[in-house]
Amino acid sequence: MSILVNKNTRLIVQGVTGHEGLFHTQQMLTYGTNIVAGVTPGKGGEWVLNGKVPVFDSVKIAVEATGANTSIIFVPARAAPDALFEAADAGIGLIVCITEGIPILDMMQAKNYINQKGARLIGPNCPGLLSPGEAKVGIIQGDIAIPGNVGVVSRSGTLTYEVLYAMKLAGIGSSTCVGIGGDPIKGTEFIEVLELFEADPHTDQVVLIGEIGGSDEEKAAEYIANEMTKPVVAFIAGQTAPPGKRMGHAGAIIEGSEGLAADKIKALQRAGVRVAKHPEEIPHLLIG
Amino acid sequence: MKLHEYQSKQIFSKFGVTIPKGRVAATASEAKQIAEELGSRVVIKSQVLVGGRGKAGGIRLAKSPKEAEDLATQILAMEIKNLPVRKVLVDEAANIDKEIYIAITNDRAESKPVMMASSEGGIDIEEIAHRSPEKIIKVHIDPLLGLRNYQARDIAASIDLPREYWRAFGGIAHGLWEAYIQCDATLAEINPLVITSDKRLIALDGKMVLDDNALFRHPDLAEMRDLDVEDPSEIEARKYGLSYIKLDGEIGCMVNGAGLAMATMDIIKLYGGQPANFLDVGGGASAEKVAAALRIILTDPNVKAVLFNIFGGITRGDEVARGILSALAEVKPRIPMVARIVGTNAEEGRRLLNDAHMITASTLVDAAQKAVNAAKGGSDEHPGQ
Repeated sequence: MSILVNKNTRLIVQGVTGHEGLFHTQQMLTYGTNIVAGVTPGKGGEWVLNGKVPVFDSVKIAVEATGANTSIIFVPARAAPDALFEAADAGIGLIVCITEGIPILDMMQAKNYINQKGARLIGPNCPGLLSPGEAKVGIIQGDIAIPGNVGVVSRSGTLTYEVLYAMKLAGIGSSTCVGIGGDPIKGTEFIEVLELFEADPHTDQVVLIGEIGGSDEEKAAEYIANEMTKPVVAFIAGQTAPPGKRMGHAGAIIEGSEGLAADKIKALQRAGVRVAKHPEEIPHLLIG
Repeated sequence: MKLHEYQSKQIFSKFGVTIPKGRVAATASEAKQIAEELGSRVVIKSQVLVGGRGKAGGIRLAKSPKEAEDLATQILAMEIKNLPVRKVLVDEAANIDKEIYIAITNDRAESKPVMMASSEGGIDIEEIAHRSPEKIIKVHIDPLLGLRNYQARDIAASIDLPREYWRAFGGIAHGLWEAYIQCDATLAEINPLVITSDKRLIALDGKMVLDDNALFRHPDLAEMRDLDVEDPSEIEARKYGLSYIKLDGEIGCMVNGAGLAMATMDIIKLYGGQPANFLDVGGGASAEKVAAALRIILTDPNVKAVLFNIFGGITRGDEVARGILSALAEVKPRIPMVARIVGTNAEEGRRLLNDAHMITASTLVDAAQKAVNAAKGGSDEHPGQ
């Protein structure tokens, strides 16, 4: 079992005819995700992937025709904010935005709008979600994770794959892996995913993968200390990162005294979280 | 991307914020001429993108055009925190009654812009935040609605600004908001905003940081980038779409993905080495990108070994290995190379690299240990060509 995405997910792909969109639509279909439609304005009526996925001109029409409840966005950064507003207006409940490089102001507007509509956004600049054995809504390679009872939540992409893979090698599977993204403004924060894992009967423990920048990990630590009953293992990347420099991710920057890895590790340890020294140590810290 | 004071103030001025009369000068004689035109006492201000200019002697008051010339000569010869002073701003000196702080930045936690103000202007906001946080007034602005008039009034009242200044303060708050929105800033700051003895509000100092992801909308602003604050290798890396940051260690790192790149740096440190750089080579790790990245890493003479850590994922491991090999053939490094490839066809990839006399590793720990060892000269295993 899982959170956010599962067998009942009815997915549409915004930007389905683009290079990235088409490639990952194929990958998601192969994994068994229920993709009901794609959207590319101006290409409505076409079919992609040998007639497997119908293309619509707008999200609204696609939702009316297919009853989609989830959308994934592969639209380039300049057009992605519009795609976010469109998905929210069409009544999509869960919007996953893979796109990297969206301006912060656009994201602040889109996030506030999506919240007002009562929808949930994952990302942007994220690898999306994987509920092993059930559904893949994103770009995480399916075969690096196996089904299990560990919830994984992360701000990173390949670092998450690294952890899922190390878990798989140790025979440990996950309920759902949620990549919340590396941007400073993101739809869903650690705490909200921790709440979902805490409430999910099929998640027994949680792995949290954080990095420098912002104070999400500190807030997560507070939540873990006060509200969470399930054990949490964490890893924080960027202990050797210099201050004031953006480490690849738009959100990975130590600003003033905020965002240091050491502070995040301390806060998590104080909350009873076991913090791994390196990613490959995580499977050893999980309770077998 | 940070803007200089004179650039930031010119932008604020376009949006109706009053700034001191003045201009920027690249030579002492220009500075003298500007001082003559202004016909008053002037402030000579070094234009460098670091804090603490005043303390470093980079901001001086001149009572005459001759003194302006002399001080500009001195300041233009300075380096402040390793940055050369290439320009000075020559501003009319103000008679200051009071200094205020006002700024807009994006609050990550709230996902909204926040306007901050304090009756204690002129000093570093982090210092005020540390010493007396209650003196900083914060008002969040709905990004879909923009700054409302009542919010500006509330801020003016909260910092105990006399009522006679509320209207002028509102104009400045709105001007700052427009500058922030229309330039896609992540910070727009006036510190200090001063009340002069003739009862005017003037932005004496200004600072803007722009969102790099939004520069495509602002080609004019993008041109204002000051390359002095960046390492030349970082500028070179940007041309290839690589995210590279130079550090002080001896082990070069080439990794796909920002989080994994940081984790790789960290594990090098954990096993007794020091990373020479952060480098995210991006998805795919094509031969062309890997070669560009390798050339950039090797321009650093401190680098004694290079660690490749590529989590192939959807990209096949053998393709990544071929990319690395063709890059090595082109760049011909003379130091040991350690490679770890994970993902589809990773074993085939490792075999290819082994055949080419590279040191290979299967786990991250193994890779880090081998790289640290190789950098210390402890490995006689395949020391490259």
